[in-house]
Amino acid sequence: MSSSILAEGTPFARPRRTLHAERITLAHGAGGKAMRDLIEDVFVGTFDNPHLHELDDQARLPLDAIAKGGDQLAFTTDSYVVDPLFFPGGDIGELAITGTVNDLAVSGATPHYLTCGMIIEEGLEVEALRRVVASMKRTADAAGVAIVTGDTKVVHRGAADKLFINTAGVGVIAAGRKLHASTIRPGDVLLVNGALGDHGAAIVDARGEYAMQNTIESDCQPLSGLIETMLNACPDLRCMRDATRGGVATVANEFAQASHTAIRLHERSLPVRDAVRGMCEILGLDPLYLANEGKLMAIAPAAQAQPLLEAMRAHHAGRDSAIVGEVHPAPAGRVILETGFGGDRVLDVLIGDQLPRIC
Amino acid sequence: MKFVDEFRDPDAAKAVLRAIDALAPNFADRPEGPLQLMEFCGGHTHTIFRYGIEPMLPDWIELVHGPGCPVCVLPMGRVDDCVALAERPNVIFTTFGDAIRVPGSRKSLLQAKAEGADVRMVYSPLDALELARRHPEREVVFFALGFETTMPSTALTVLQAAQEGVENFSLFCNHITTVPTIKAILDSPDMRLDGFLAPGHVCMVVGERPFDFVAERYGKPLVITGFEPLDILQSIWMAVEQLADRRCAVENQYARVVAAHGNPPGLEAIAKVFELRAFFEWRGLGSIDHSGVGMRDAYARFDAEHKFTVPNLRIADPKSCQCGEVLKGSIRPWECKVFGTACTPQTPLGALMVSSEGACAAYHNFGDLQALLARRETQEAVSS
Repeated sequence: MSSSILAEGTPFARPRRTLHAERITLAHGAGGKAMRDLIEDVFVGTFDNPHLHELDDQARLPLDAIAKGGDQLAFTTDSYVVDPLFFPGGDIGELAITGTVNDLAVSGATPHYLTCGMIIEEGLEVEALRRVVASMKRTADAAGVAIVTGDTKVVHRGAADKLFINTAGVGVIAAGRKLHASTIRPGDVLLVNGALGDHGAAIVDARGEYAMQNTIESDCQPLSGLIETMLNACPDLRCMRDATRGGVATVANEFAQASHTAIRLHERSLPVRDAVRGMCEILGLDPLYLANEGKLMAIAPAAQAQPLLEAMRAHHAGRDSAIVGEVHPAPAGRVILETGFGGDRVLDVLIGDQLPRIC
Repeated sequence: MKFVDEFRDPDAAKAVLRAIDALAPNFADRPEGPLQLMEFCGGHTHTIFRYGIEPMLPDWIELVHGPGCPVCVLPMGRVDDCVALAERPNVIFTTFGDAIRVPGSRKSLLQAKAEGADVRMVYSPLDALELARRHPEREVVFFALGFETTMPSTALTVLQAAQEGVENFSLFCNHITTVPTIKAILDSPDMRLDGFLAPGHVCMVVGERPFDFVAERYGKPLVITGFEPLDILQSIWMAVEQLADRRCAVENQYARVVAAHGNPPGLEAIAKVFELRAFFEWRGLGSIDHSGVGMRDAYARFDAEHKFTVPNLRIADPKSCQCGEVLKGSIRPWECKVFGTACTPQTPLGALMVSSEGACAAYHNFGDLQALLARRETQEAVSS
């Protein structure tokens, strides 16, 4: 947790509720009073930390506190454009925090600070924006990070789809931690921290295009706590990656190509909920390519796999963790799936999106 | 999942494979080489690759992946017609997902969409009709595609539109039929297939009898096959057993879904709305008589080809493609000169690389590409 860094600075008074509009208009991006009301009330008022309260064009962060945590800075950015903004198990705000926090954490970094860029389509309900921002704050608190600077743009109706969010983040990697796919060796094993494809399936369902009546919720969750637990249980952990767009199939391919090894996955060990499997059956999709927002794939030496698995299962974000495959010397750069039926097939990367089949 | 996992049980698969192995002595020292069974349907091809069935089979059985992917066999000129329709002002062009990336001679529907055409993916023709109801000021065109499997739903949608008087809805009709196509393959001079796994979903509509000619006239066994991996293995066993017994008959492995007489209301709807075209052009196979359907005059107002002008140009298949030979089993997909080099799923030259259900795309996506290319090089070296 980064609370020792965040505790610096002085408490400040929470801004009053100054934004009275029901919908965002172009005036809220024009740099005048309307914009100041939006920023002070919705963003500063909710994100609520001393760095942001200074309302400067930049956050000024104390280097000594960062340097105490390690010897490398991890720095990342991602943009979030999900439709719909609110879906079972999460919303765009929660995604914008977890996505960036997880991108930092899988490098072994402790995430500390985030930025928040908002591109808002004219006409968005202020109430929806407030809900998103509140969700960002809740998620940031849970992940132990602070949103310390940001930017707001309002664009004409039709120029964006309701709300786009960009977050960038910095974290610190403790000295000696060198997680990288190039360290993968034949004999290592692969682990995942729970059921796959929940986020992708929840979004398909939430769009309501297929009139399905499911109860699938997104798996959106920050993984920094789980990863800290994993690194303590398995000091020689080779590498990790969060299995977002492209799913575990894509991550496994990235690992195989970066390490010039072959990865063999066992379909029967890959955890997938029945509701997700059922939806994929109907729509002709493969859950191994569906997006996740709270799942990672890790590679560890075989000797440390069992204690690692136990530590993962003891953490709330890894209750359904499983060992799902192992690393072989050949065919280098390829991922082979041992199907539940007993056959083998190559699990390749997708060319574009998964598209439903005709028959 | 109940009633799904049972059809994917690895122990049951091993039992069927043992039963197939027991038939091996019947085919020892065959001068013609391995038995060749053609699965006609793209859905079967997909299952075979998805579950890794091919490597499970003994080497004296070879599967040939036939022309059963309607997206793959669509001629390039028809894709150009789709793009022309989609680019008309005021048109909402609706399509199944897997047709959206198929390349035309200039562009695909996906590229047309990026350039501003209103192309939308739907799951059913009824979704397209609903769009027409919601947008009475626009013309909604549905890209009707597929074998007899998808024809009833398209026909019923047209009947629904006619009943409601929805005038801004039409089909660009590219439905094709199975029987003339299997017949064209059987009549081909380089044909060396030993039997067929017939498309279960097509038979669900048309029944068993339309395929009797395969056994009666051509003396080849045909097994109507379901889509789960165990369905496929069992059907292979049934076909091989017929060959071992020197029998040939039409057998129905998919009896839990396919009734001998098919689906009479579905057939009635098809007959009301559609009629056979004199011929239809197939990618890789050329023109086949009576292999496609068009709309009857009574429903011409729902026929996009009647309602709008389409270029209707014939675009020849690229010369380097050997899709026809692959479809007939005379060469294997990776033996094609351009497989995996000039022709890939990202840049498909030939029909079979276009959709994920095409044989070449399936080998490319699910097979060990490097090993296949090495095998081709060795073969080329030996033959030169």
